[in-house]
Amino acid sequence: MKKISFAFVAVFFASTIFAQMSDKFTSAMQSKLALMDSAKDANSLKDLSAAFERIADAEKTQWLPYYYAALCNVNAGNIAMTGSGTVSMGNNSDKTDPLADKSEELLNKAEALSKDNSEIFIVKKMIATLRLMGDPMNRYMTYGPEGAQALETAKKLNPDNPRAFVLEGLDKFYTPEQFGGSKEEAKKLFEQALQKYASFKPESNIHPNWGKNLVDDMLAQMK
Amino acid sequence: MFVIQFRFMKKIACFLLIFLPACLMAQITISGKVSDKKNPIHGASITLKDTYDGATTDSLGRFSFRTFEKGEFTLAVSSVGYKPFEEKITVGKNNLSFDFILKEEITEMKAVVVTAGTFEASDKKRAGVVLNSIDIVTTASANADVTQALKTLPGAQQVGETEGLFVRGGTAAETKIFIDGTLVNKFFYSASPNVSGYGRFSPFLFRGTVFSTGGYSALYGQALSAAVILESIDLPERTTANLGISVLGVDAGYQFLNKKKTASWGFDYNYTNLGLAFLVIKQKQNYFIYPGINEGHVNFRFKTSKTGMLKYYSNYSHSIFGFREPSIDSVGYLNLFKLKNFFVYQNLAWKESLGPNWKLNAGLSYTRNSDDIDSRLQNSDRGDVSFFKNFRAKPRGNYLNAKLVIERKLRNLSAIRFGSEYNFSRDEATFSDYSGNKYNYTLKENMNALFAESDIYITNGLAAKLGTRLEHSSLFNKNNIAPRISLAYKTGKSAQASVAYGIFYEDPETKYLPTANALIFMKATHYIAQYMVQNNQRVFRAEAYYKKYENLVKTGFVYRRDGVAINNNGSGDAKGLEFFWRDKKTLKYLDYWISYTYLDTKRDFLNFPYAITPNFAAKHNASIVIKSFALPIKTGFNLSYTYSSGRPYYNIMWDANSSKYFFADRGMIPDYHNVSFSVNYIPTIGKQNAKSFAVYVLSVNNILNIKQTYGYQYSYSGSRKEAIVPPARMFVFIGAFLSFGTDRTQDAINNNL
Repeated sequence: MKKISFAFVAVFFASTIFAQMSDKFTSAMQSKLALMDSAKDANSLKDLSAAFERIADAEKTQWLPYYYAALCNVNAGNIAMTGSGTVSMGNNSDKTDPLADKSEELLNKAEALSKDNSEIFIVKKMIATLRLMGDPMNRYMTYGPEGAQALETAKKLNPDNPRAFVLEGLDKFYTPEQFGGSKEEAKKLFEQALQKYASFKPESNIHPNWGKNLVDDMLAQMK
Repeated sequence: MFVIQFRFMKKIACFLLIFLPACLMAQITISGKVSDKKNPIHGASITLKDTYDGATTDSLGRFSFRTFEKGEFTLAVSSVGYKPFEEKITVGKNNLSFDFILKEEITEMKAVVVTAGTFEASDKKRAGVVLNSIDIVTTASANADVTQALKTLPGAQQVGETEGLFVRGGTAAETKIFIDGTLVNKFFYSASPNVSGYGRFSPFLFRGTVFSTGGYSALYGQALSAAVILESIDLPERTTANLGISVLGVDAGYQFLNKKKTASWGFDYNYTNLGLAFLVIKQKQNYFIYPGINEGHVNFRFKTSKTGMLKYYSNYSHSIFGFREPSIDSVGYLNLFKLKNFFVYQNLAWKESLGPNWKLNAGLSYTRNSDDIDSRLQNSDRGDVSFFKNFRAKPRGNYLNAKLVIERKLRNLSAIRFGSEYNFSRDEATFSDYSGNKYNYTLKENMNALFAESDIYITNGLAAKLGTRLEHSSLFNKNNIAPRISLAYKTGKSAQASVAYGIFYEDPETKYLPTANALIFMKATHYIAQYMVQNNQRVFRAEAYYKKYENLVKTGFVYRRDGVAINNNGSGDAKGLEFFWRDKKTLKYLDYWISYTYLDTKRDFLNFPYAITPNFAAKHNASIVIKSFALPIKTGFNLSYTYSSGRPYYNIMWDANSSKYFFADRGMIPDYHNVSFSVNYIPTIGKQNAKSFAVYVLSVNNILNIKQTYGYQYSYSGSRKEAIVPPARMFVFIGAFLSFGTDRTQDAINNNL
């Protein structure tokens, strides 16, 4: 009896360990993703990006960690730009360009592992916007269309990707009205995004599913 | 029961201990510090390779992480701007601690740039003294002309009576202009005497402009003073149609970009006629043919590979004008001047990466220019009068320029470049004098050049550029060797000092080449020292230089003909101090630059009796250029002020008795002032997916209507003297330029078919 149970327990233990090993990736990702929600400053986002990059480099075949590493970096760039509280025009390219460069490098690695991925084009759009904001006067001719195209591709690849509507809404919200911005249109887009979120099912619990809180905040702000 | 189970578990644990030691041993901590030699590095990433474990350093360069792993691993340390570092480690029972020192990586962001003598304005990320196409068209005094805009930078003189750039005591012929590496002949429209011709090439053709006022690279030759290096644009961003209407004419064009964004083609045509403007703005001359230009452009560009691009651009133009003005030689008589010009320019440029570290740049251009000039004296009834100054001239020029540059990238941004250049020119002319005698000449020159240069980055703070250029002229059957050296040293985070030395050779100007006397290359030696502070949106630059001229052309009076080149015994020097300040940051929506140029130069060349300050050199030049784009009203306001202290003027005549030139008259022209203003209204700016783009322009040159004098011209006898002034004091330009993006329209059409 003892022997049998010993063997049983041993098998049980071993299988748990194997399950844990294949699950190691998921749980590592989950723990980092949990941190992502609370990371509010550029430095902790950069730290997180490095952590995702470590997971990505170790795994070698997973696009998600590269994707999140790129996303954290571009978000760090957005914070670096708006750090002083106001978006100042054209004076931040020295700070934001290295982050955009790094983010692009990471995203290219993600894209090499997962082609035609709507979520990757979402981050492409974010990188283009970050570059544009570094020096809008000289860059809007280049990065404006580049970003618009990335967003269009993201939508084409997955018409139900709520994040495409979020980014479009943010563009409309932050662009001055004389340049084609519109708070009303932004609101419509945010509402559309909410509908998409309602039916959006991420492939797994570590696949991209961010942005809803942002929309809620934006809509609350507009009331 | 619980106790038994617990014991049981313990046994299992002991069993597992044998196979899975990691499971039961405590994790260990790996910690340490990362710094360069002096300072801690914040944000460096430490990774235990092939595991998820690692950390990022804090502001004191410290890191710490825990790991369950055991065994042999590689610990990798990386940080942007530093060389990555790896170390093999064994993770065992004990905590580990490391002190990493990273070496700085030589990167484009941090490294010094060899800049002595150069205003680089490329589309690189580095924000320098950038004059991009928008900067050029928004410089109020420039009238959308490349060289006019460069005149607001230090080094250039405010010479208005002749086209071209007079840089640091040099003549306009000493500044050469290059498009995609190849020399451009006849960059300017043919103009009448004492009027400066505009450039034929629109600033929108170029994405980068480098204005080198000395000490430039061995890739460029045949220029004693300066090089303007223009880099043409690549593929357009979208398919567009353009339409422009102004007081000076109309233009229309179409530019197509294929769906894959790998190829484009386009053409445009413009017709310019100054008649309307001249009816409103009174001109000094009385035109019987208003200046009219028919001009067409054709281009195509395509990607030859992932990294390669082939670009073709051509320009055809036909222009004509004719006027009468009171003769300076004979009171009551008129001087008639008529000029017809035909011009073709074709340029083919190819760039390609030949493997990871090799790059190729090739260019080929062909120019044909023919003028037909008629100058004669008429009486008040417009009847021809025989006069010894009457002439007809038909100069024809054929020019072929080819260049090949191969670049090999080395470690740490260093590179070597080498290649060859071939310039062929055939100038021929028939010249008929007042009595109907005809003179012909044909001049052929084959200039072959070989060059090699290397960029050497020793550290981020120290770089050198060493180059040599070898030229052979078939016309003189002579060779020259021109070494060039420049060094740059970083003196602070955004400050650097650089020095440059170089020897420069150039053929005497074509007009002096038909001579029986053997001529050789003219020579200049440059010594330049520069200090520059540059952060993101502000630049300060101070430069001092000394330039020595040798073998300048001397002319004489030979067989009753004046201005014949007799030898290369001329010489001279120039020294000066220049300051430049540009600030885009301090005031919102405001961009301005200030330049000041001090020049002290003397030369003995052409018919100068001895070394004097030439008539194209003013001691002080200054410019202030202000641009402001008021986003809320989508309107740009541009203002510029240029100042030049008085230049000397001379009337040099030949004394037949002593067989010497002498000063029949000399003096100083008054100071030059010019205030210009322009407004651009761009209603669609920033509108996303706008179907059309419009720019409305109003510009006024010399808005204060100040009298500007460029010099004096004399009657043949020297007894009458007349000021050389611009054809009109003030000039007003009004225009509208529309561009239609046809991307979407095209899609709509396709979808409905």
